[in-house]
Amino acid sequence: MPAPADRAFGFRTRALHAGTPPDPATGARAQPIYMSSSFVFDSTEHAAELFALRTYGNIYTRIGNPTVAAFEEKMASLEGGLGGVATASGLSAQLTTILALAQAGDHLVATANLYGGTITQFAVTLKRMGIDVTFIAPNDIAALIRAIGPSTRAVYTETIGNPAGNVADLEALATAAHAHGVPLIVDNTFASPFLCRPIEWGADIVVASATKFIGGHGTAIGGIIVESGHFPWGSGRHPLLSTPSPGYHDMNFAETFGEFAFLMRARVEVLRDVGACLSPMNAFLFIQGLETLPFRMPAHVANARAVADFLASRAEVAWIAYAGLPGDPSYALAQKYLPDGAGSIFSFGLRGGRTAGAAFIEALELWSHLANVGDAKSLVIHPASTTHGQLSDADMTASGVRPEMIRVSVGLEDAADLIWDLDRALRRAATAVRA
Amino acid sequence: MILTTVAQRRALLDGARTIAMVGASANPVRPSYFVFSYLRTRGRYTVAPINPGIEHIDGVRAFPTLAAYAAEYGPPDIVDVFRKPESAPEAARAAIDAGAGAIWFQYGVIDAEAIALADAAGLDVVVDRCIKVESARFDGGLAMGGLNTGLISARRRGA
Ligand SMILES: Cc1ncc(COP(=O)(O)O)c(C=O)c1O
Repeated sequence: MPAPADRAFGFRTRALHAGTPPDPATGARAQPIYMSSSFVFDSTEHAAELFALRTYGNIYTRIGNPTVAAFEEKMASLEGGLGGVATASGLSAQLTTILALAQAGDHLVATANLYGGTITQFAVTLKRMGIDVTFIAPNDIAALIRAIGPSTRAVYTETIGNPAGNVADLEALATAAHAHGVPLIVDNTFASPFLCRPIEWGADIVVASATKFIGGHGTAIGGIIVESGHFPWGSGRHPLLSTPSPGYHDMNFAETFGEFAFLMRARVEVLRDVGACLSPMNAFLFIQGLETLPFRMPAHVANARAVADFLASRAEVAWIAYAGLPGDPSYALAQKYLPDGAGSIFSFGLRGGRTAGAAFIEALELWSHLANVGDAKSLVIHPASTTHGQLSDADMTASGVRPEMIRVSVGLEDAADLIWDLDRALRRAATAVRA
Repeated sequence: MILTTVAQRRALLDGARTIAMVGASANPVRPSYFVFSYLRTRGRYTVAPINPGIEHIDGVRAFPTLAAYAAEYGPPDIVDVFRKPESAPEAARAAIDAGAGAIWFQYGVIDAEAIALADAAGLDVVVDRCIKVESARFDGGLAMGGLNTGLISARRRGA
């Protein structure tokens, strides 16, 4: 068979084909769902080689599975990385990443404007485990450099902050982190690899909640970690990767696996020991979702722009925070990092504050009131009383949540229908405030 | 010729049967042992450790020099080099003398003189790549680990 020539295939082609060639076992053209907890060994020698990590293969679905691996490879291809590790949720993708790099006594620096669940994971759960996180104002490079100390193992940010909608200055953050020997981890959930590939701007690890745009249909919970392959894991900055591991017969991951050190440790130690693995069924759903990602995202962006323009034109709307709108504080960064659109999740506030906001949400007919984003269907929520409700007032302000804020995730319905519904609800909200 | 494309590396690995590993280690946590063990247990290649300090690895006889190997078994298809860059020219000269078809410099074994010597002598040359990783790229191993093979094909593998 002639070997295919080297070719840099496009995003749409890779969304369909990367990681999902015809099934080698059966020739099935769709990715089969390998719903099997475990896999037989060829021989005792083969089993020993697999357990010693000297050969590739399937052992047990908590550590790896063919359907999950197909999803991991597709994501790694779309993000432009070396490889991927899929997890049970976006939050476990973050935790798995951090536990592969840091232990009790270690330190992280994170931008403050993060998803509420991430803030509690960092400020409460990681803290209890002895990992300290310093939060800095978004894109404050001087504060970032001040916060990095000898035990800092990573810097963490979101491409587009949830829910404040501000865009991270990825290149500046990566440059500053690298100058201090530390990798940059980016949560790319809100952009998806179609709109932004943080690795191209210097990020070392991308994490995402696959629950959102990757799946696209609001069906499955899952997460993904992709690594660039560029960070020097053997530098000594991450002793968990560059000193003998008692969890793996004293193997030094950086020495044995070189550029694969982080991905290997995330899988064979953290996934193995923490156990937050992705179900093959959910991996299949995410693969189905990714096939249409390049077609859904432009439609999401176009609808978001139509909805944002409509809201901006209305007197009832006090402010709107969408990085895709000229005049937004993040507009210039969005032009740089998100040239095809700033996503479809943004927030706004109504004159009349919380009362108007509550009346508005309750009057909507077509927009689903729920705690998720990135669904094909349009969604709406009041963050201050829900997703960010567990935060202290100070943390809430730092994360960019205002009491009257309404967050929307603009879906793929007809824009005119979405605007029809918003118009009705705005009128109702105005009546409620006057009453 | 210096091989730089995926297709060239695939053709080299598809065509090869014998691999002599210069600097192979018997220490089970060394990268060269991982590569040796992987290539040996796949059954596709005959692998020979070249290391004057050891007699054998996992029952496979080691040779003190490439010349000693070639005297008994003839030229190897690929000489895989796990040495410090300073020792790479010496490995290249030995590979040329042994009549090897190709020389493969593992991660970090980068030396301009060694590359030029082998290239001028007509050997195929691969630089700063791991032969285990490249082999696994084509046999499905990397894909099983969720790693990005870079391969796109609507054909069934092996068909
Ligand atoms: C930006 C961001 N990151 C991470 C998560 C967590 O993902 P999951 O719910 O899949 O654990 C979310 C969920 O809302 C999110 O919005």
